[in-house]
Amino acid sequence: MIRVQREDFDVGAELERLTAGNHRIGGVASFVGLVRDMGGSDRVAALNLEHYPGMTERKLAEIEAEAHRRWPLDAALIIHRYGRLEPGDQIVLVATASSHREAALAACQFLIDWLKTEAPFWKSEATPAGERWVKARAEDDAARARWTPPL
Amino acid sequence: MRLLYFASLRARVGCAEEEVALPPQIHDVAGLLDWLRTRSDRHAEALCNLRLVRVAVNQDYVGFGHPVREGDEVALFPPVTGG
Repeated sequence: MIRVQREDFDVGAELERLTAGNHRIGGVASFVGLVRDMGGSDRVAALNLEHYPGMTERKLAEIEAEAHRRWPLDAALIIHRYGRLEPGDQIVLVATASSHREAALAACQFLIDWLKTEAPFWKSEATPAGERWVKARAEDDAARARWTPPL
Repeated sequence: MRLLYFASLRARVGCAEEEVALPPQIHDVAGLLDWLRTRSDRHAEALCNLRLVRVAVNQDYVGFGHPVREGDEVALFPPVTGG
């Protein structure tokens, strides 16, 4: 399941809902991304997340379907927020559930690695020096490249 | 054709969306980008470095050789930074 929303989410409630009624699930893996403030001259007062409505949902659904093809998952969930966020706020939740931990852990990492390079979201940061666009990181491309073949 | 700009490209071009009539001699993304650069100084500046431009046609990522036609939704944006 995927959701793109402005509102915050409750991780505990989401994980409970993900596994409710399915007693074959033996493990749940999750990743929660937070707004970071490194302090100093890089102080981030706020983050604005923009996305491409329509394509975002489409790409997230594709990525989720690919995870289901690669691993025996009982359930998967991606929630990604947009709009104005502050340091410490939750940005994204990826959760996967499976009979065994290997599939859940690997699929969770796959989903966040792919999401970061495929889903059309862009961050801009409000800093003391003004607004600046966050640049894409080569490390994110390398993380995604581990999961071959491509979609 | 509907053109959409996102993030830093939207800021540099100066609009989020524009409706354009595609000249008949343009058949692919590369041709479209060449033509867009002639529309204004802002377009030229925003689209000068193609390594920092990603393209989606009808909400799918495509390369610069992908065909474009009247009626397409073409989105131009920098590399994504979500998650």
